Amino acid sequence: MSAPILRVAGLSAHIAGQQVVEDVSFEVPATGVTALLGRNGVGKTSTLKAIIGLIGRRGTVEFDGERIDGQPTHRIVQRGIGYVPEDREVFASLSVEENLRLAERHGGPNRTLVDELFPDLVARASQPAGTLSGGQQQMVSLARALINDNRLLLVDEPTKGLAPLIVVDVAEALARAARAVPILLVEQNLEVVRKLAHTVVVLEGGRVAHVGLAQELLDDDELTKRLLGVHSAHAQANGEAS
Amino acid sequence: MSTVILLIITGLGLGALYFLVASGLSLIYGLMGVLNFAHGSFLTLGAFAGWEFARRMGGGSWLTFFASLVVGAVVGAVVAAATEFLLIRRLYERHIEQVLVTVGLALASVALFDGIWGTDPIYVTGPAWLTQTSDILGARVPNDRFVLIIAAVFVLLAIVAFLKFTRYGLIIRAGVENRSMVTALGIDVRRAFTVVFAIGGAAAGLGGVLASHYFGYVSPQLGGSLLIFAFIVTVIGGLGSLAGAAMASVIVAILQQFANFFLGGTGDLVVVLLLAAVLLIRPTGLRGSKA
Ligand SMILES: Nc1ncnc2c1ncn2[C@@H]1O[C@H](COP(=O)(O)OP(=O)(O)O)[C@@H](O)[C@H]1O
Ligand SMILES: [Mg+2]
Repeated sequence: MSAPILRVAGLSAHIAGQQVVEDVSFEVPATGVTALLGRNGVGKTSTLKAIIGLIGRRGTVEFDGERIDGQPTHRIVQRGIGYVPEDREVFASLSVEENLRLAERHGGPNRTLVDELFPDLVARASQPAGTLSGGQQQMVSLARALINDNRLLLVDEPTKGLAPLIVVDVAEALARAARAVPILLVEQNLEVVRKLAHTVVVLEGGRVAHVGLAQELLDDDELTKRLLGVHSAHAQANGEAS
Repeated sequence: MSTVILLIITGLGLGALYFLVASGLSLIYGLMGVLNFAHGSFLTLGAFAGWEFARRMGGGSWLTFFASLVVGAVVGAVVAAATEFLLIRRLYERHIEQVLVTVGLALASVALFDGIWGTDPIYVTGPAWLTQTSDILGARVPNDRFVLIIAAVFVLLAIVAFLKFTRYGLIIRAGVENRSMVTALGIDVRRAFTVVFAIGGAAAGLGGVLASHYFGYVSPQLGGSLLIFAFIVTVIGGLGSLAGAAMASVIVAILQQFANFFLGGTGDLVVVLLLAAVLLIRPTGLRGSKA
């Protein structure tokens, strides 16, 4: 296998004086989807934020062989990392088109791909993003990351709180994106994980508790139950309540 | 009737001055969370710069007057941008320290202006028409009011157009909502901070020159006294809301005029009572989303 696109070593992070990520180390391969799993509050979101410097962090983060842990967020993102945050974080007062235009670097090279993936957004280009449904807002958030030629996507619970049919759409868009760019995906819906992810990294209490193949974890009901608190065999189709 | 008209138009003129200061305060707070107590200094400096310019050009012509407005705006913009770049930026996200720096700058700049221009008011002269009056439905309205109102409307439209149609405007609007997400899109939001300071400084500097014609003089205290009301306007309008600041400027200034005339000079008291009432009933202000 080729060199990993992202290497995290000894990463720690604090929020409000509390340690939320402790000595986390893992790698993201240069292709496919890597799932970052764990129960609520184990530090998945904080790990993603620490990687791009949205929260203070210590440790090593290498992106495509280069250290990025000392750089400010905007520089890190400009290197080619797309971030799709938990809870979407679209700019509610900006129109759909303005949200996309804001995200465009170098003229937004993948505009046609985005328009093709999310035709709904084309029709609603001038609508304020805050008036969109949750699913549509998630499309905007994904589109903001997909519109650029990124070399890595960090996607945080993209199916959270969405209706089953929309979950399928989102998973479809991610699968399509994953053919061109590696993805580090935080996801509670194990069916989506099963469909998309090759490798998994499981966190527990801010630390890495397990690394392995997605298939192996999800086929092991005992292990899944112990690490994630749910039965993989009965992974609900309606997404996880948060 | 003529008294009411005079009070309304004078109120609009004064409200225009408040807005020229409050617009910058509101934008700066909205984007950066900084209460800029140095904003009055940008106004005072703009006023002095406009006066120094007009004096050298030999007063009275319209050309000199308009050029002095530009000089005031440019000086205000440059000094404000420098303030952000050299002082505020170093204290990124440290709001208490940022406020302390702006308070210190306000105090120091008044002392500096005292040293350069003295503590006595300096009387300004402009085109003669400005000091004359026009007859509006029987009221004799000083003409400078009209210039103030036009200038404020122009500034409001210019800022709205800037926010709506430029890349920086887009970044600023997004940043007011969610600054960290803007950086997570690969944008250096700190550049927008400098731009916002420059815009606020330009409006304040322009306001300074206009204020000197409205009051008839420049003094080192000019900015400080207007700043108090501009802050009240900003809070009543809702911190961070430009439209709120515009509405509140007009309401506060007109109320102030009426109270001064009909309630025995209690204008300032009434404004403070209004502020208290708004804070009690609607703590986020007329148009504010975050407290
Ligand atoms: N803004 C915050 N202030 C204080 N604690 C926080 C904040 N955000 C997250 N935390 C805490 O950090 C820990 C990790 O949170 P998070 O990274 O969001 O977990 P996950 O994404 O795995 O659910 C949790 O214990 C959470 O309570
Ligand atoms: Mg999370």
